[in-house]
Formats: sequence, C-alpha cells, structure tokens
Amino acid sequence: MSPPLLETYRVGRRYGDFVALRDVTLRVHPGETVAIVGPNGAGKTTLVNVLTGLLRPSEGWVRFLGSDIAGAGPVRLAQLGMARAFQLVQVFPELTAAETIAVGALAQAGRGRRMLASLGADRALRARVEEVAAVFGLGPVLHRPARELSQGQKKLLDVASAFALRPTVILLDEPTSGVATADKHGIMATLTEAARRAGVQALLLVEHDIDLVETYATRVVGLRGGEVLADLPVRAFFADEEVTAALVGRRPARGAQG
Amino acid sequence: MRGGALLAALAAVAALAAAPPLLGEYRTTLLLPVFGYGVALLGLNLLFGYGGLVSFGHAMFVAAGAYAAAVVTGVWRIESFEAVLLAAAAAGLALALPVGALCARYTKIFFGMLTLAFGMLFHSFLFKFYGLTGGDQGMRVRRPTLLGLEFEELDKTAFLVGPYYWYCLAVAALLALLMWRIVRSPFGLALRAQRDNPRKAEYLGVEVRRTRFVAFLVSAAFGAVGGAMLAVPTGLADPELAYWTHSGTLVFMTLLGGFAHFAGPLLGALAYVLLQDWLMSLTPYWRLLLGAVLALIVLACPQGLMGLPALLRARLAARRRRAAAPHPAPAE
Ligand SMILES: Nc1ncnc2c1ncn2[C@@H]1O[C@H](COP(=O)(O)OP(=O)(O)OP(=O)(O)O)[C@@H](O)[C@H]1O
Ligand SMILES: [Mg+2]
Repeated sequence: MSPPLLETYRVGRRYGDFVALRDVTLRVHPGETVAIVGPNGAGKTTLVNVLTGLLRPSEGWVRFLGSDIAGAGPVRLAQLGMARAFQLVQVFPELTAAETIAVGALAQAGRGRRMLASLGADRALRARVEEVAAVFGLGPVLHRPARELSQGQKKLLDVASAFALRPTVILLDEPTSGVATADKHGIMATLTEAARRAGVQALLLVEHDIDLVETYATRVVGLRGGEVLADLPVRAFFADEEVTAALVGRRPARGAQG
Repeated sequence: MRGGALLAALAAVAALAAAPPLLGEYRTTLLLPVFGYGVALLGLNLLFGYGGLVSFGHAMFVAAGAYAAAVVTGVWRIESFEAVLLAAAAAGLALALPVGALCARYTKIFFGMLTLAFGMLFHSFLFKFYGLTGGDQGMRVRRPTLLGLEFEELDKTAFLVGPYYWYCLAVAALLALLMWRIVRSPFGLALRAQRDNPRKAEYLGVEVRRTRFVAFLVSAAFGAVGGAMLAVPTGLADPELAYWTHSGTLVFMTLLGGFAHFAGPLLGALAYVLLQDWLMSLTPYWRLLLGAVLALIVLACPQGLMGLPALLRARLAARRRRAAAPHPAPAE
C-alpha cells in the first residue's frame, strides 16, 4: 500500500481538564474518502482542528506527507496542500465570489504577496477562477459580494475557495449542515466530482447524515467521547449493527428519509 | 466603471492644476495642505478601509516626515525636495518597523489603543528631547529646491502657490496612482480578505500577520511623505503634529470622505480643510461645530461624502416605493 497522506499516532487533546480526544490513531491513504461520524461533542471538530494544524495535540503526533505538522498552522498547511472548509460557513462578506476564489488561487500559484501586479489584468487568474466557479455552479454570481449569496451558495463558495488551492487532501467539517435534505446529495455529488477533477487525492469529511456517509465514504471512523470506537471500510461499518447503533443511532431504512 | 474612475481622476487633477490663478493666493494657500493630508490619508486608509485596522497613532508618521524634512533641510543643509521626500519615507519606515511589528499582532480596539500609545510615546520623545528635536519649539524646515530649481526670484508665498503647489499636486497624483495599484494587487486582495475573515484567509494561504505588517509599513511611509509635504508651507516641524488629537483628526478626515472608497480620504482631506476654514471664519467655537459634523456623519452617513450619492439614491427609491404603495405592507 502507498504511504499514508495524513497520519495521526496516539493523538490526545485536552481543554483544561476536559479530554476531548484520546489515543486517536488513524491513517488516510490516496483514493480514500474518510467519513468521521459520532454524536455531538464526540470530538470531531477538535480532530479536524488537530489535523489542520490549528490545534496542537496534547499527546501524540500528526504527519502530513511525511512531515510533522503539529501546530504548523493553516498557512503552512495550505502551502503543503491541505485545504479545509468549516462547519459554520466562512466567507469574506465584502469580497465577490470571484475575489474569494482568487485568494486561494493566488496563494496556490505563489503570487499572493505581489504588491504591484494588477489583479484585473491577470488572464491566467481569471481563467482559473472561472474554471473553479464553473465546477461549483457559481458562474452566475461570480461578481456578487459574498454577503448577498444564499446560504447554499455561501457553502459552495467556502468549499470552492478551498479547492482553488489545488489541495492534495481536503477536510470538510459537515459540508451539508444547514442545507435542506433535498439538496444534500446535490452538494455531495458536486464536491466529490470537484475533488476528482481537481486531483484531490483524499477527502476527509465530518458528516451526520449516514445516508450520505454510506453513499460517498469509502471508510468510516467512529468517534465517541474523544475515542475511536470503530475504523472500518464503509460496508463493514454498516454491517456491524453494534457499532452503528452506538455511533449513529438506529439506522433508518433506506428510502424512508427525504 | 474603470474608465469612469480614470476620467474622474484626470478631471480632478486638471481642475486642481488650473485652480491657482482662478482662486487667488489666499485660497490656493488654503488648498496646499490638501495634498499632504491626501497622501497621509491614503496611507491611513490602506490600514483602515482595506485592512480594517483603525490607527489612532498615524500622526506620529506625519510628524516623523516633518522632522525628517527639518533635519534634511535644516541640519544637513540638503535642499533637494526629492531627497526630503525620500528621507521622510525612510524615517516613516524606520519608525514603523518596530511599532508595526508589535501592532500587527492585534486588531480592533487593541490595535487602536496600541497605535495611540506609540503615538503618545513619540510625541513625548519629540517634546522632551530638547537638544535633538528642539522640544516645544520644534525644528525649522527650510525652503527646498524642486527638481534642482531654486526659484530665487519668487518670494515665499509666490513659491508656495506656484511651483510648490503644482509639485505637490504631481506627487499626490503619482502616489495615488501607486496606492491604486497596491489596493488592486494580490497583496491588496489578501489585505481585504484578512479584514473580512482572518481565519478563513489563513486557511487560503494568506499570511495574515505579515500582510498587516507590510500594510503598516506602506501606510507609515505615505504618512511620513505627507508630513514632509505639510511641513514646507508652515516651515516648521512641531511636536503637536504627533499629538494624539492630530491622529484623531486624520481618522475624522477619512470618515468625512468615506473610508470604504478609494478616493474617500482625498475628498475627506479637501472637505476638512474647506470646512475648517469656513467654520473658523464663522465662530471661535468652530471645534464644537466640527464635533457636531463628525457626529452627524457617523449617524446619518457612515459611508462619508463618497457614500452620499448611494445613500440619496436609496432614500429616493424608498420614497418612490412608499408613494407607489400607499398602504404599507404588513410586517412579516
Ligand atoms: N475551545 C474549547 N474549550 C473547551 N472545551 C471545548 C472547546 N472546544 C470543544 N470543546 C469540547 O470538546 C468536546 C468536543 O467538541 P467538538 O467540537 O470537537 O465536537 P464535535 O464532535 O465536532 O461536535 P458537533 O457534532 O456538535 O460538531 C465537546 O464536549 C466540547 O464542548
Ligand atoms: Mg463539530
């Protein structure tokens, strides 16, 4: 098997006395879509924060592409090829959709520091922005400020700007939260298609909707109380009734939802 | 839109260039500080409007530029105004390196208070180090040469309302062009991105603290160059230039013009200078009226003079809607 892209070893994280993560060891390999599931407060967002270098683990280590990234910080990780979208949608209210995507595209091209280059005259940048926007269906709102977009469009823009970094790995914390059930599959289909086209090698997502997990994930990591209860290929995960009952509650019959 | 902005800019420069003979000596002298303030405020607004960082210490850089002009012309006896402007920019940068390194770690009120504190420190330094800075007496700024020309035949006023006026107009126009490029560069975009959402910006690879620091340096250099331009007409570098109320005045000018627009600070400088002259001619209580104007802007037109057209359009549209629908729709 090829070496893991992203790897944690016995990671623990405490907030004061409270243990939010304990002994988390996991690996993400190329080609995988790993879903992190678990009840509220299980430590999913904390794990994503540790994986993206925002939080330094209290114990253990985290490696991305073979190098230690504990507390490396988001800028360094963006440069290394890791991108992230947040649980609560994050946009730049006064920037247009095109400008938002351009921020990521410029960083990826290593041109984000230039002070005298004209953005308006940069054809390559415009082409790249339009290409990313098209994948996410944002073409029609490209020149509208983000604050004017609908919630769904903001969500797509948040993710689109992360894709503009051409990441190797992308972490999505509840990409479909706050979106109507009917639209969830659409968003996930867009995301996975975008990831395939952008050459993203692995996707890691936190997701509550188990129907989506079953459709899109290749592997499921179940967290509870900060500990890994299960780390199984998607079929094995859903075949194990004890595990599914403990982690995602009773599984609704397919088709009974939405 | 872009063509429109260029036309408006050219028209403004042409009108200002043609103004001195039409306005006469007194009013032209009145206009002179607009250029120095305009340049200083372009710098302030890079931080304020584009970076979301309100500095209450910007006057320290204006003062640094004025003292640089005094040292270059008075102590070193170098008369070239080009050398003065370069020295001012260098002085602004030198002061901004340590101050900015600290301030760029903070935002909002913390940034504001920290810049205020450094401004006060710098004022005390200018005030107390009598041997170096002349203390409360300040330092004399001697009349410079422009592009090597001395203009010996002109008396002070004729020099100021003639060659000096046009020279400053040209410097202000060039620096405005430079700032226009900066705010429309990848750096300018990163600066606006961190203003709107620093966390998200970091995840998109923006080095937030570095971006703020560089903006701080540029802002300081513009402030200092503006300060040197202001010091020639008065002939004096005075510690009061660095006093915190002067920093407040700079923020006021920017608000008056509109911090959300590129041209806001330039218009603000012009409007402030004219407003102050008018109010001073009306009453000795002009400061009171100036305060009232500031309150009015913040309450009624937070986008400043540049935001006025949009505000009026919105009001008008609302009135027309009300006229079209006599019965107000029930609240949702
Ligand atoms: N900054 C913090 N300080 C103290 N406790 C925290 C902090 N952040 C999270 N926690 C606690 O750590 C635990 C794990 O939180 P986390 O946000 O990782 O959960 P989650 O699995 O993402 O939950 P959700 O499904 O609600 O998003 C929770 O009990 C939470 O209250
Ligand atoms: Mg969470």
